[in-house]
Amino acid sequence: MTTASEPYVLNIGPQHPSTHGVFRIRVVMDGEQIQDLDMIVGYLHRSMEKLAEERTYTQNIPFTDRADYLAAMSGNLGLCLAVERLADVEVPERASYLRVIFAELQRIASHAMANGTLVSDAGAWQTPLLYMFREREKILDLFEMTCGARLTTNYMRIGGVAFEPPPEFWPALRELVDELPQRIDEYAQMVQGNEIFIARTRNVGIISPEDAINGSLVGPALRGSGVPWDLRKAEPYCVYDRMDFEVPVGTIGDVYDRYMVRLEETRQSTRIIRQAMEAIPEGPHKTDIPLALRPEPGEIYGRVEGPRGETGFYLVSDGSPAPYRFHIRAPSLINLSLLREMARGAALSDAVVTLGSLDIVVGEIDR
Amino acid sequence: MSEQPAIVKRQLPATPMARQIIERGTLREQAARMPFAAKVIGAIFGIGFLIANAGIAYIVVDGRLDGMWYDFRDLGYAIERLRVELRTVDGTIGGQELGAILAYWVPALIGGIGILSFLGGFLLIGSWIERRLLARFQIRTGPNRVGPYGLLQPLADALKLMQKEVLIPAGADRMLFYLPPVLIFIPAMLAWGPIPWAENMAYLDLNVGLLYVVSITSLSVLAVWLAGWSSNNHYALLGSMRTVAMMVSYEIPISLALLSVVLVTGSLRLSAIVAWQADHYLWLALLLPFALFTFFFSSTAEINRTPNDIAEAESEIVAGFHTEYSGMKAGLFLAVELGNALLTGALVATFFLGGYTLFGLEEWIPGYLILGAKATFGYFIFIWLRATLPRFRIDQLMNFAWKYLIPLSIANVLLVAIEASIAARWDAPAIIVYGLFVIVNIALTAYAVRAWARAIGYAMDVEQPAQPIFAKTIGGLKAARSLRGEA
Amino acid sequence: MPRGPRQLDGRRVADALEQALPGIVILGTDEWVEVEPARLDEALRWLHDSEEFDAAQLSNMCGVDLHDRFTLVYHLQSLDQNHQIVVKAQVWDHEAPRLPSAYPIYRGALLQEREVYDLMGVDFEGHPDMRRLFLWDGFPGHPLRKDFMAIGSGLTSGLRRFPFEDNANPDRLINRDNTTSSESQETPRDWTGGALA
Repeated sequence: MTTASEPYVLNIGPQHPSTHGVFRIRVVMDGEQIQDLDMIVGYLHRSMEKLAEERTYTQNIPFTDRADYLAAMSGNLGLCLAVERLADVEVPERASYLRVIFAELQRIASHAMANGTLVSDAGAWQTPLLYMFREREKILDLFEMTCGARLTTNYMRIGGVAFEPPPEFWPALRELVDELPQRIDEYAQMVQGNEIFIARTRNVGIISPEDAINGSLVGPALRGSGVPWDLRKAEPYCVYDRMDFEVPVGTIGDVYDRYMVRLEETRQSTRIIRQAMEAIPEGPHKTDIPLALRPEPGEIYGRVEGPRGETGFYLVSDGSPAPYRFHIRAPSLINLSLLREMARGAALSDAVVTLGSLDIVVGEIDR
Repeated sequence: MSEQPAIVKRQLPATPMARQIIERGTLREQAARMPFAAKVIGAIFGIGFLIANAGIAYIVVDGRLDGMWYDFRDLGYAIERLRVELRTVDGTIGGQELGAILAYWVPALIGGIGILSFLGGFLLIGSWIERRLLARFQIRTGPNRVGPYGLLQPLADALKLMQKEVLIPAGADRMLFYLPPVLIFIPAMLAWGPIPWAENMAYLDLNVGLLYVVSITSLSVLAVWLAGWSSNNHYALLGSMRTVAMMVSYEIPISLALLSVVLVTGSLRLSAIVAWQADHYLWLALLLPFALFTFFFSSTAEINRTPNDIAEAESEIVAGFHTEYSGMKAGLFLAVELGNALLTGALVATFFLGGYTLFGLEEWIPGYLILGAKATFGYFIFIWLRATLPRFRIDQLMNFAWKYLIPLSIANVLLVAIEASIAARWDAPAIIVYGLFVIVNIALTAYAVRAWARAIGYAMDVEQPAQPIFAKTIGGLKAARSLRGEA
Repeated sequence: MPRGPRQLDGRRVADALEQALPGIVILGTDEWVEVEPARLDEALRWLHDSEEFDAAQLSNMCGVDLHDRFTLVYHLQSLDQNHQIVVKAQVWDHEAPRLPSAYPIYRGALLQEREVYDLMGVDFEGHPDMRRLFLWDGFPGHPLRKDFMAIGSGLTSGLRRFPFEDNANPDRLINRDNTTSSESQETPRDWTGGALA
């Protein structure tokens, strides 16, 4: 009698502890090995792009909070930059520095979440996640102090930022920035010295640079594969051209490299925040714009380097206060283009860890 | 900084979280803040404890307890007196002497109920210990709402699970679905039999106690597999297949580790193993370090705990073999995991840490308390491992068992057999013999562990893998290639 | 003057394209170059392979519904030379628009083309897996089209002018009933204002 094995379908369903949101994958498996993978998204589709066509540009800023809900400041910044380029609005210098500070704080918070959940996916029962959440909690406290909300901040406005940070913001920020480097070292030492973690993440989910570029990968996933591309250096917006920071780049392109790139980016963000705090000038925190801003008819594709990569906004204006077309270029969705090739032939555990390293946010995928 | 006020007088720091941390204070400050009545009661209890201890010390040293039936240090005396009394009962039932029947059944029932009560009591508090300790590792509080300090949380969990609706999947095999929660509890209870709690307090003092323990714990494999199979769910099937492969593989290192214990002590009876350790004033943990490590690590695989909890890897297959179980059925699985952890702690204590003895201290402190403390310490180590380590992949686990542990365990058995035969023939005083063996064993273990790992190709030194490079200029494929060419 | 800081002048790209593949360019403005929709994949492949433009990555792909036609916008990025090229293709069929797929050239177009198909109904030939992305299989229609949920007469739902407070009279809300006297609701509005015709 011969034995045969039959592939079966496993549904890693919308509710699952490790799909980072309502995200569904159907895998066809043979034993422990994945033969094929199919993604089904759309569980969080809220028709943001259609709704945005009937609201003014300022009213559309909260949509960007909820698209990438772990990087609200970056989303806000992207939209505001795009509209400012479209409508030729001047931004005061103080506002630019404040934008940089908050965008980098958001990057640290988002990377804490991303790295923490990656290590939890590898099985560490949330201990490193909760350690990284200490700093994330402090950053969210700073956000709440300034604009009233922790997650969906709605802080950037067209022409600047919404509020001036209160006086107790700056000492708290100084304290945070002073203790961050040793905390990041603590996290690094806690996780990276761990052989089990290295065994789980080294040489897993490798993407070559050619595949990464062709597959429109952006952000830490692209940099993990060795491609030194960062929009903050390529197309400097706000005051990034005056900041001195480096772009960490991985070597192999595996899960461990992406984790390391994110960790190093938090260190660089601390540097940027410190420089911005030293150099910030006095001045107004936004320019006055008409309540219903009517940009010239035209189009713009404005983008920022969010924690997940290139968050772009394609706006078409027809001279009315509402955009004619409002499209969010979601890095999480496009980073998933290569998931199928990467997962074929891998074990299920490896596929889960690879998905965790791509750092997806389902709100951005579905919009 | 431009916006800073002239004098920043910070009574309290700005962020709410920092404010909470400072207001709460250190443990010492919290203790000082307790209400006066609580401090008085605590002082009374403390002094009462000291007086009681002094009293016990007096009667123990005075020799008033030895051999008496009210010797609470060893409840076996009381049972023995009870048995003697029961045998004198007159009457016959069904052709057999009532006295003999009673003398057999009553102590059996008392002992059984005692073990079950202990186990049940531990289940009530063990869950609390685990969650609070895990929370402390993760710098958070853990359950502190239900009852004082959250002590009633396990009770609340049990009540909640009991009143939940029990869902049986449509395609599941009903009979086979009902069996596993019950089936998995049986080995967890039965394996407590041979463990000696004091000199006369082993419930089932079998002369093949060790063999019995190993075989009974293998029965849980069947229950786990049955749970996954009958659920009609791919997650469950995956989990149970992983578990079966893992449990069966790790039986062998366990057996080989315990074989070395048997070679040294010369007996399969657990009370004899403990007695050997007491007589020689030597814990087998020192003499057989590799066996201890192997037994401990393989037990985490047997009871599905991190780092070997791939079978119920929450992040991949939701809950593995007990995905489909709800209500008290799931509660039984969770309870058994807890009970098994304590059982393994007790087994480690018995085989390697001297059991209920503590170099003569068992004359004063009852043996069962000593064993309880050691078992809890083992449980603490399990929780510590769970909080700190990520989990292994299934193929890494199997690799580890077959390629690493089994060859080294066989080598260990060979070495211990040689040492045992030397000990039998050598006439030197025991301290020389065993002291030499301790040194040799520890040195060889330290060497062999690294050498064998290197030999089969495990990455040895945990220096960090390649650090990321910092790019000076941005670019695309060309820049990537040049970075790699340089790097 | 292109608005993006590193965006190439479309006319320069148009000239180069026209030289290499004659007849492919329809229009070249300062911001974008518009190509023949049926030969879109040739243009993208040429831009991808050319040394001068090196369009290695597809940054973004988007569709715009212009009432009688669809415009597909492709933002191409060269990482080594750090410049951006915008390519457009207009499909004049509003009922069943078709376009060659960019997947053979840029694998990053896999999900973006599915999204455009789902929300606007543009079919891409050569895409290996053309099905809806966000909405379910039997969903009637394509939501991002301008005539989806149309009320008629060029009206749209939502706020025409949003109410705001009058600082002089704090109790009064200007435009509380959401209309303005100057706008009449009889004549259909040309939402493009003639700018995109």
